[in-house]
Amino acid sequence: MDAIVAENLLKKYDDLVAVNNVSFRIHESECFGFLGPNGAGKTTTMKMIQCVSPKTSGTLEVLGLDVSSKAREIKRNLGVAPQEVNLDPDLSVFENLVAYARFFDISKKEAAERAEQSIEFFQLQSKKDTLIDQLSGGMKRRLLLARSMINRPKILILDEPTVGLDPQARHLIWEQLSKLKTQGITIILTTHYMEEASELCDRIVIMDNGMILDEGRPSELIEKHLGGNIIETRDSDAVQKCLKKFSNDTKFEVAGDNVLISTSRPQEIMSTLMTDCGIVSTSVRPATLEDVFLKLTGRMLKE
Amino acid sequence: MSKVSLFSLPKISMKTWKVWRRDARVFMKTYKVNFVPPALEPILYLLALGFGLGLFVSQIDGVSYPVFIAPALLAISMMNAAFFECTYSSFVRMYYQKTFDAIIATPLNLDEVIFGELLWGATKSTIYGSIVLVVITAFGLASYPASLLIIPFSFLVGMLFSSIAMCFTALSPRIDSLNYPISLFITPMFLVSGTFFPISALPTIIQQFTYIGLPLVHVVDITRALTYGSFDFDLLLNLLWIVVVTVIITIISINLMKRRLIV
Ligand SMILES: Nc1ncnc2c1ncn2[C@@H]1O[C@H](COP(=O)(O)OP(=O)(O)O)[C@@H](O)[C@H]1O
Ligand SMILES: [Mg+2]
Repeated sequence: MDAIVAENLLKKYDDLVAVNNVSFRIHESECFGFLGPNGAGKTTTMKMIQCVSPKTSGTLEVLGLDVSSKAREIKRNLGVAPQEVNLDPDLSVFENLVAYARFFDISKKEAAERAEQSIEFFQLQSKKDTLIDQLSGGMKRRLLLARSMINRPKILILDEPTVGLDPQARHLIWEQLSKLKTQGITIILTTHYMEEASELCDRIVIMDNGMILDEGRPSELIEKHLGGNIIETRDSDAVQKCLKKFSNDTKFEVAGDNVLISTSRPQEIMSTLMTDCGIVSTSVRPATLEDVFLKLTGRMLKE
Repeated sequence: MSKVSLFSLPKISMKTWKVWRRDARVFMKTYKVNFVPPALEPILYLLALGFGLGLFVSQIDGVSYPVFIAPALLAISMMNAAFFECTYSSFVRMYYQKTFDAIIATPLNLDEVIFGELLWGATKSTIYGSIVLVVITAFGLASYPASLLIIPFSFLVGMLFSSIAMCFTALSPRIDSLNYPISLFITPMFLVSGTFFPISALPTIIQQFTYIGLPLVHVVDITRALTYGSFDFDLLLNLLWIVVVTVIITIISINLMKRRLIV
């Protein structure tokens, strides 16, 4: 059975279409990523899955239940780490977890045990009795994750779990999430960090302007859109002219001062550029999800 | 999305008490800073007005001035406790701390969150009502056993002012906007509701308006009857007014909050 099935899902805020007729299926036990720039509609999609924001039209089923009529049952089995930190500032780390557990009818004793475990798993032992204000950004994010696990959810929704964190803090979170993946829990992740998506997600969709532009495994998407490799060289008339010699399937794009050529035959193109056109400084690298992302969503700044 | 009707019936289960528990837990953690001012304020009023100004006022309604204003101070404390809780404090939880967002991601719905907030506001009314009752009892200004009824009554008063407050919270774009209901509604009402001078001193037309439109006057009438220990039939009308208005405004406040937060 699929954990989540969305068909022609549409969400409007008054006249603004935030999610535009998207369809997707998220399988049980996979990590599924929503990748997209700011304003793409990721958070809105998460809120509809969480049953806190009503859909405008289309169908959306979570664990086989309709979001419009079965909110309570669905929410019992979801764990949510929201984009905006909404921890209780008057309570300590431990108290935050226990207090939250109470909303799920978890007994006091059980809640305390689970809180201890979560605190250990997310390496917050030394901050157990600290108030939220005194935590670093990374610790707050880890506490949000710990809190989202307190009801032992079947599905975890992580909306930008590492936004604004330094690399150390981000890698620590990735490590813990990789461990969770092996436990068979379904994880839905939104992010605009490509590395995060390629590291953690089995499948992703790339979203922009409320629409899904493509869907697949990260490696498949790279292969499909860019042929595997990127050659970079400085932009000039000579380069552009030279590239015209190649057949149409060699795609290139100008980005700032550079030309990016995506190809599955890097050797061939490199040698042509150097020997036939006399271009000296070129470099070749494997294509990344970021290249796919920029190709699909464009290089314009998103606000 | 069509707008929620202002009168649609909320869906509330016993889970709403979990929200009350959350607020109570935070209050207990911070009560040392919370408790003192509301207990101190009525004492100051009582000393300054009751025993200071009271020297120049011989008798009102056949009682001394401190006896006259003690129930008013009680009523005002109950009102303020609930009103401030469900305006400023609820606004902070809703807007800055995103506490409501956190709770509706659990099996609770927004109706239960808002109703739980109202229950907590009413509880604060009871807590501060009881503190002030102890104070005026110590000054010998309350008659017993009738005054004991003030404790359950303060919960109803709390629900009344919490629900009114929650409507303002739902409609306020920013926290500063909450100054308007305080200075345009609470303060004038605080002055004219038979609190510091008998309502019979006002022109008839204003008296009528007060009884139709202002909740505090009904609360003061009942509280005064309880501290005096003397009752009449009109008190049932006061009580009816409070109950009906509380039920209606509670429903409206929950629906206004849904309009604001469920988008
Ligand atoms: N509560 C809201 N009211 C009106 N517009 C909103 C609201 N929330 C989001 N939007 C708009 O919907 C679009 C999608 O936003 P969002 O889902 O937050 O995107 P993302 O999470 O991908 O950054 C944006 O244009 C945003 O401004
Ligand atoms: Mg977002």
